[in-house]
Amino acid sequence: MGMTVITPLLYWLSWIFLLLSAGFFIAGTVGMLRFPDIYSRLHAVTKADTLGLGLLVIGLSLRADDLYSVGIMILIWLLVMGSGATACQLLARYGRESEGDTEADDVAS
Amino acid sequence: MSLHEWMLDGTLGLLVLILAVAVLHVRSLYISIVLFIAFGLLLALIWARLGAPDLALAEAAIGAGLTGTLLLAAYGRVSERRRKAEEPLDWHAGPALLLSLIIAVILMRAVWPLPDLDSALVPAVADQMAQSGVGHPVTAVLLSFRAWDTLLELLVLLLAFMAVRQLLPSLPRQPEAWPLLQAWSRLLAPLSVLIGGYLLWRGSADPGGAFQAGALLAAGAILLRLTGLLPALGWHHFWIRALILGGCMVFLAIGVAGYWLGTGFLGYADGWAGPLILLIEVFATLSIATTLTLLVIGETREVRE
Amino acid sequence: MTQVLFYLILGVCLWALGLYGLLRLKESIRRIISVNIMGSGVFMVMVALAARSEDPDPVMHALVVTGLVVAISATAFALRLSVADVQEDDQ
Repeated sequence: MGMTVITPLLYWLSWIFLLLSAGFFIAGTVGMLRFPDIYSRLHAVTKADTLGLGLLVIGLSLRADDLYSVGIMILIWLLVMGSGATACQLLARYGRESEGDTEADDVAS
Repeated sequence: MSLHEWMLDGTLGLLVLILAVAVLHVRSLYISIVLFIAFGLLLALIWARLGAPDLALAEAAIGAGLTGTLLLAAYGRVSERRRKAEEPLDWHAGPALLLSLIIAVILMRAVWPLPDLDSALVPAVADQMAQSGVGHPVTAVLLSFRAWDTLLELLVLLLAFMAVRQLLPSLPRQPEAWPLLQAWSRLLAPLSVLIGGYLLWRGSADPGGAFQAGALLAAGAILLRLTGLLPALGWHHFWIRALILGGCMVFLAIGVAGYWLGTGFLGYADGWAGPLILLIEVFATLSIATTLTLLVIGETREVRE
Repeated sequence: MTQVLFYLILGVCLWALGLYGLLRLKESIRRIISVNIMGSGVFMVMVALAARSEDPDPVMHALVVTGLVVAISATAFALRLSVADVQEDDQ
């Protein structure tokens, strides 16, 4: 296919996105480990991962060989976003329903 | 190897080891199971690193996904009382550690010279690839050169299912599924069929094949069943029986036909290898998917009585 | 040390860790997990051996795919046995 020619400019631009995405992943992980309760942890991990993965997809798309692989990466991003949102909802509900023994909850989450 | 490759391998290896230690030592069984799922996903990454995409797919679907579901289901069935009861350890730490270390040292000495040796099987497979009828070496080994093993493996899966059936069907009543999860499952299940079919089709030329496809289909079916979108499944349904037995029966029939036609048991006639392998793979995929589904979600009590 | 040797050693370590867990733990589900970790160690040795040549060894890969399915069959059966045992205790 050869839709895009990888120019040095695109290459360096992709580095910026990749580094930004790594920053978001690290921030999300730190948030998950350091935040006090299940809701803020979920917030940290899903928000940061969705954004981090999105930036990663953009960064890798800039240096992809053809549109086919870009499409696949975007599909993966959409799937992960949907799963993340659903899992986040489930965990938050679980957290609310089993409030009371929050200690066990905190460990389990 | 370059430095950044070593950093990647080193990080993956260290993480896998830490996770394995944590799985065995963490106090809560629930956390142990969740860490074990993460362990499986990390293994899938390592298989991809080692040039085994077939295994990465199979590990992510079977090793991490389905085994994780099985473990969580078993966890849900074990009563709270039993789980909390402090149980004495079987072995003291000292002797257990000593024994493990001794065996580890012996095994290390055994594997140390292996990287410098070559396997005679790689050129042998490459030589015969043209006659196998498929383009992907792993599929060729599974369904052409060593079709015996694959047939017996399907029988092992069938045997495990039969054995599980003999025990009490013991799925606890499921709570009402949340609408959001149901909606998401409605979207994911057709996708699992699409991707499973794709993996099956591509398996003749690229990584993929009956096992990965079957595991993905099973994952979709399990999701639908757990969210209450699929009715209870059981052995008494004719089509379930047909699907489960179909894989072994088609495989055996083609094997016997080869014997009858003079190409030997599980030998394919000239020019027929490709289509026959695809036929076996289609039925094996459906059989693997149904068997794995029933193995994981089990037959409900209403169904058996 | 090469990549192959690194993963061979890692596989042996996982196997030994699983054995240690199997000897030390009493809870049946944890023991089943330990056996699965031992199995993963074996798979790692086999996949590392497959990666010795330029084109990975398809025979080893096929064996590990087979092994994964056999492992989940055995795990399902073992888990159901352990749960059946618990249910009888509870009754």
